[in-house]
Amino acid sequence: MAYKTIIEDDIDVLMVGAGLGGTGAAWEARYWGQDKKIIIAEKANIDRSGAVAQGLYAINCYMGTRWGENNPEDHVRYARNDLMGLVREDLLFDMARHVDSTVHQFEEWGLPLMKNPDTGQYLREGKWQIMIHGESYKPIVAEAAKKSADKVFNRICVTHLLMDDAKENRIAGAVGFNVRTGDYHVFKSKTVICGAGGASNIFKPRSVGEGAGRTWYAPWSSGSAYGLMIDAGAKMTQMENRIVLARFKDGYGPVGAYFLHLHTYTQNGMGEEYESKWYEHTKEIVGEYIDHQPTPTCLRNHAMINEVNAGRGPIHMVTMQAFQDPHLEEVGWENFLGMTIGQAVLWASTDVDPKKENPELTTSEPYVMGSHATCCGGWASGPEDVSPPEYFWGYNRMMTIEGLFGAGDAVGGTPHAFSSGSFTEGRLAAKAACKYIDDGKAEGIVVSEKQIEDRKQEIFKPLEHYKKYRNEIVAGTVSPHYINPKQGLDRLQKLMDEYCGGVTVGYMTNEKLLNIALKKLRIMEEDLDSLGAKDLHELLRAWELRHRHRTSECVTQHTLFRKETRWPGYYYRGDALKLDDEDWHVLTVSRRDPKTGEYTMEKAPCYHLVGEDEEKENAA
Amino acid sequence: MPTFVYMTRCDGCGHCVDICPSDIMHIDTTTRRAYNIEPDMCWECYSCVKACPQNAIDARGYADFAPLGHSVRVLREEDKGTISWRIKFRNGTEKNFLSPITTKPWGKHIPKLADEPAPSQEMRDSEYLYSEPKYIRMDEGGLHTLESNGLKMKEGVYY
Ligand SMILES: Cc1cc2nc3c(=O)[nH]c(=O)nc-3n(C[C@H](O)[C@H](O)[C@H](O)COP(=O)(O)OP(=O)(O)OC[C@H]3O[C@@H](n4cnc5c(N)ncnc54)[C@H](O)[C@@H]3O)c2cc1C
Ligand code: SF4
Ligand code: SF4
Repeated sequence: MAYKTIIEDDIDVLMVGAGLGGTGAAWEARYWGQDKKIIIAEKANIDRSGAVAQGLYAINCYMGTRWGENNPEDHVRYARNDLMGLVREDLLFDMARHVDSTVHQFEEWGLPLMKNPDTGQYLREGKWQIMIHGESYKPIVAEAAKKSADKVFNRICVTHLLMDDAKENRIAGAVGFNVRTGDYHVFKSKTVICGAGGASNIFKPRSVGEGAGRTWYAPWSSGSAYGLMIDAGAKMTQMENRIVLARFKDGYGPVGAYFLHLHTYTQNGMGEEYESKWYEHTKEIVGEYIDHQPTPTCLRNHAMINEVNAGRGPIHMVTMQAFQDPHLEEVGWENFLGMTIGQAVLWASTDVDPKKENPELTTSEPYVMGSHATCCGGWASGPEDVSPPEYFWGYNRMMTIEGLFGAGDAVGGTPHAFSSGSFTEGRLAAKAACKYIDDGKAEGIVVSEKQIEDRKQEIFKPLEHYKKYRNEIVAGTVSPHYINPKQGLDRLQKLMDEYCGGVTVGYMTNEKLLNIALKKLRIMEEDLDSLGAKDLHELLRAWELRHRHRTSECVTQHTLFRKETRWPGYYYRGDALKLDDEDWHVLTVSRRDPKTGEYTMEKAPCYHLVGEDEEKENAA
Repeated sequence: MPTFVYMTRCDGCGHCVDICPSDIMHIDTTTRRAYNIEPDMCWECYSCVKACPQNAIDARGYADFAPLGHSVRVLREEDKGTISWRIKFRNGTEKNFLSPITTKPWGKHIPKLADEPAPSQEMRDSEYLYSEPKYIRMDEGGLHTLESNGLKMKEGVYY
């Protein structure tokens, strides 16, 4: 093979993926490691990469302790409540106690935060959210990362993590290829901070054909954070906890500002309030969790799904009153232009003016990520002063692989971190990574030529495979010897949708279905060795597919393991249609053995920072 | 709305290729101009539209749910620190919006941490991050700990 090998040696801190988590890590790493070599390897261009490429209109995680608004433990309570009791409270508390310092810095860097004209404080959208003019959110944090990093490698699709050949279970860097030049890139590094983001396009999307790119999470969110870490043998947690979003129909425009700031509300096709109708029904599944305030996101989905299934759709967002106020109308539109432009385009093309009619809502296909109202991700160590022994192994945000850290979607158990919390987690991980190096934990790392060569063969195989067989057929995409990445993605989405609780089956699954899913995923893995890529762009898609496939397998294993329906409205186990606190008030933890491909599943204890009594006191 | 490129405006500069997070803006080898190679992987994020110096890129709503006859145009001006939008409905209605994108000269107020005084050992041993504790509350208040907030870790407490 004539692919040039480019080796970047002696790296101290390597960011794999520089979205909100990765840019936070790169920036902060320079403070704790002023003479350290800090490198970014990013699939796209860090100025506009990741979930925040088009900007954001709100920072969804800000305490406001400065103005006595909330304390970190209040946020822990909120996130725990929303996730039906199961979160890593140590990680959440830690993120929440630092997040304000991140946001205050953003303001100083020039990010336009809206202010309340009466109080001078940041303008609240809701209890945790503040409103921003965030079109340039990503370019601004990218600027910060560039100020700190020694070098940014854009357009490097990282395919694998490198492992130390001298010491079992220790990180040694990462490898990938340049999407433009086709060069093979080897990054030898003492530590790796994985910030490669969550996953869209795992489950079949509602949109078909040309519109398939209009996913809620970005179509380039390829589950690489999970694929990379699982392949390396890192433990994962709560991967069954996929998320379904209630959003404006087809465009998936955000609803947060509509509910919280514009005070719009939902009703069924008959113009009736419907959530309360499903109270008893939901109570049968989840018990007293339905009485929690605010109503957990999944349970609100549950009511919406049931109301539609009962034949009383569509669900509408009642905007006509709020939009009579020109200021609120402006907020409503700018909210889309700031983070989901496609919704504005859709309404323009269909003449939907929310001042004159109430737009439709729908529930999306499921997504796998860890920083929104869901917490899939790696099993990470917490901070020393907060975490119990089961949650602490030396370095904050370090995975169960030595020297491998994570931030944002990569870290499990930390929902509601959002953009600001992900950036903060990056900062925490960077400090810990520098400490790990200073403590001498990364001495004597060896990476064999064999490991480097083997990965190279593997990476470029889809190109070679295609070259070998393409002339066997006259033309077209149908070959008996290969499938292309798009064909593979279609297969993955179909099987995940039908067997693992996607939208076409009403988010329903059971043990039998999940076992079929696993079998199909195993066979699909054999076919992934026969992927054909006709050019470098398809090679990128091939590796994105591999990461999505591995993520899917892990999600299915976890969904099978948890024998209960913990989050109705996200998914249902038809054979265990009840929340079961007796057996399942635990965190699920998995590990895939990189040698055998076998999964080991275990239950980890769920520690709480706040007891029942305190909770009631606080509610009073 | 996946993007498309107007033939007469594009000069093949490649800015859109450089920025697209989905790697789908490519230069056509015959015309030497850019085009969207994979519309069904376009998030309509407008990164390329904003980056094109010739205003050659536009978006047309996804064929499977968006009727023709609309447009959403944008102008991002970094030197002015603003972004302006013009939405045109199918029925001719027009809406215009203008927002700030930054409050400070670009990048000038982000500190270069390599030039900051190195953190002390005490700072390293603490739970503080750069600029903390000051930036947490913008006063002299310290970091929240379990102790300061009267909390204890308890296993399996239900609520
Ligand atoms: C529509 C939408 C609305 C949202 N609204 C808000 C909001 O209002 N407020 C808020 O605070 N948050 C919001 N969020 C959430 C926020 O965007 C995420 O929480 C945050 O971006 C997660 O950060 P991350 O670093 O984990 O992932 P990302 O920011 O997605 O970064 C992942 C990075 O990894 C790179 N990468 C991926 N794979 C590879 C690979 N194989 N090799 C190399 N690099 C790779 C990607 O290119 C990207 O740069 C919203 C998200 C979406 C999609
Ligand atoms: S940025 Fe504009 S002018 Fe340059 S190649 Fe792209 S479409 Fe053409
Ligand atoms: S709108 Fe975004 S995803 Fe679509 S081509 Fe442009 S930069 Fe790429």
